[in-house]
Amino acid sequence: MLSYFINGISLGSVYAIIALGYTMVYGIAKMLNFAHGDVIMIGGYMAFCSSAYLGWPVIPSVLFAIVVCTMLGIVIERLAYKPLRDASSLAVLITAIGVSYFLQNAALLIWSSNPKAFPNMVNLPGIVIGDIQISSVAIVTIIACIVIMIALTAFTTRTKLGKAMRAVSEDKGAAQLMGINVNATISMTFAIGSGLAAIAGVLLCSAYPTLMPTTGAMPGIKAFTAAVFGGIGSIPGAMLGGILLGIIEIFAKAYISTQLSDAIVFAVLIIVLIVKPTGLLGKKQAEKV
Amino acid sequence: MENQKKKVSKQTRASFINYGIVIAFFIIFQILSATGNLGSSLKGQLIPICSYVIMALSLNLVVGISGELSLGHAGFMSVGAFTGVVAANSLSSAVPNGLIRLILALIIGAFVAALAGIVIGIPVLRLRGDYLAIVTLAFGEIIKNVLNCLYVGIDKNGLHFSLKDEASLHLEAGGRTILSGPMGALGITKLSTFFIGIILILLVLFYIQNFVNSRPGRAIAAIRDNRIAAEACGIPVTKYKLMAFVTSAAMAGSAGALYALNFSTVVPKKFDFNTSILVLVFVVLGGIGNLRGSIIAAALLTVLPELLRQFRDYRMLVYAIVLILVMLITNNEKAMFFINSHVKSIARKLRKEGV
Repeated sequence: MLSYFINGISLGSVYAIIALGYTMVYGIAKMLNFAHGDVIMIGGYMAFCSSAYLGWPVIPSVLFAIVVCTMLGIVIERLAYKPLRDASSLAVLITAIGVSYFLQNAALLIWSSNPKAFPNMVNLPGIVIGDIQISSVAIVTIIACIVIMIALTAFTTRTKLGKAMRAVSEDKGAAQLMGINVNATISMTFAIGSGLAAIAGVLLCSAYPTLMPTTGAMPGIKAFTAAVFGGIGSIPGAMLGGILLGIIEIFAKAYISTQLSDAIVFAVLIIVLIVKPTGLLGKKQAEKV
Repeated sequence: MENQKKKVSKQTRASFINYGIVIAFFIIFQILSATGNLGSSLKGQLIPICSYVIMALSLNLVVGISGELSLGHAGFMSVGAFTGVVAANSLSSAVPNGLIRLILALIIGAFVAALAGIVIGIPVLRLRGDYLAIVTLAFGEIIKNVLNCLYVGIDKNGLHFSLKDEASLHLEAGGRTILSGPMGALGITKLSTFFIGIILILLVLFYIQNFVNSRPGRAIAAIRDNRIAAEACGIPVTKYKLMAFVTSAAMAGSAGALYALNFSTVVPKKFDFNTSILVLVFVVLGGIGNLRGSIIAAALLTVLPELLRQFRDYRMLVYAIVLILVMLITNNEKAMFFINSHVKSIARKLRKEGV
């Protein structure tokens, strides 16, 4: 029971980190970045390559993955999304799907569709409490999630850049009038989101060590639902949504049905949205008539 | 009055051009296959093209005319496909004629998909914008997941259902399994024909084109353009939105049945999120709300991966790049201005030269 709970929190922490990327980008650019799940996959492959082929130690290869994904996020934003800043949201959505196809197929060409066995990045002994065993990956994931959460909250409330980010997500036009560089702020948001995706990629692949070009797709969709679950655009909401989703998934797998666990996760999402259409921590916005 | 008359005739003309395109498409391919000029790979694509065209048309009803983003359209296709297969299979002794059985399967597929549309639509249509998108996505995934665990068998006592495994169907001797979970439907009798596919497209097209100009159609367009104003005029928003959504689901269901009865095996995984997105891409690239665009985009993009076969492994990569570039160019005012002015100047030149 307790071990399921901890596994759930650990899986949920990964979802939460991914969901943060979705929610920040949505909050600021009002777009659903469907390519986010594939950035996770690229992050996983980068860490895999640097440690398995180049033999780098753990921390440099994770850093390498973060740097590559951050750059990738900036490049994608600059090439594909920036020209569409004033276009309809559907056009941006389709472009994001195009980017997602592109990344998946590029990965397919480079690394082929054979699953790669991800090396164990967290080589620490697990903890045993009584007869419950907690893997070190789960602990590291939960700690990483908490650290990221605290750092992001501090960043958005204390620093000038973070405040600029919140201002842009509140009102782009007014932020620009106050002298905030809106374009640079949006780029930075993409960079942070993609960097987080790299961390999520490494953690995800450490917990489920098979790496394929489609690895990021399903966690991406689930993390996206987690972001909506918690109230899209809200950082604590993404955290809460991610962790709850992880716990629900693990318990559904353990007690109801392994095959139907995804259906249960999505059903819970739908019920939450019907009861509270803006998500758990979402703000209700007044409509202008 | 004069003006209105002219406008109506313009719409009617556009509708007839659409029927003409579909019929011309049918005739061209009939001639090509009769004279043996049609490659076997393209021949196998004809019925899938028909069902994707119907999918695109029906999604256009939701995305274009009703203005709601749906990301789970493949779910309805899936429901239609598997009920169609079950219906065709269980009617095989009662209705020996293949054509009538196909038509019955299409109707049953459409009906059950419409029921799913009602069940999903009532809660979903209360939400707006991106939330609606995510809930339709979730429903699509739920349908896929449930069908992945669904076992259906038939014996002389009728149909048996189970969510566990084949053994728990408790079939009597002589019974057979129709759906077996993740393996999907095996040993389907191929019933779909290109002719029926074309007839179905024409029916769907006829319905949508007339629906758009009917009272509910105009009400739906009013809701799309300004929900609050429409509501203030006394239009029941949920009723009309549900009407468009359920109609669209029924059409997708018949498309699914047509699709499934063309292959000998169909797996639930075929109708996943990627298929929903594929159909959405048809609609967006064809022009949201533009039926002719949907038809052409669906037909071309279904064949495109075949045509790109020479790029081999790179074909999906090329497909992705084409998708991104088309979106970037069509949304760039300067590029569109450039293209439009050039097209116009060439047309003017041609006209001057009297060609």
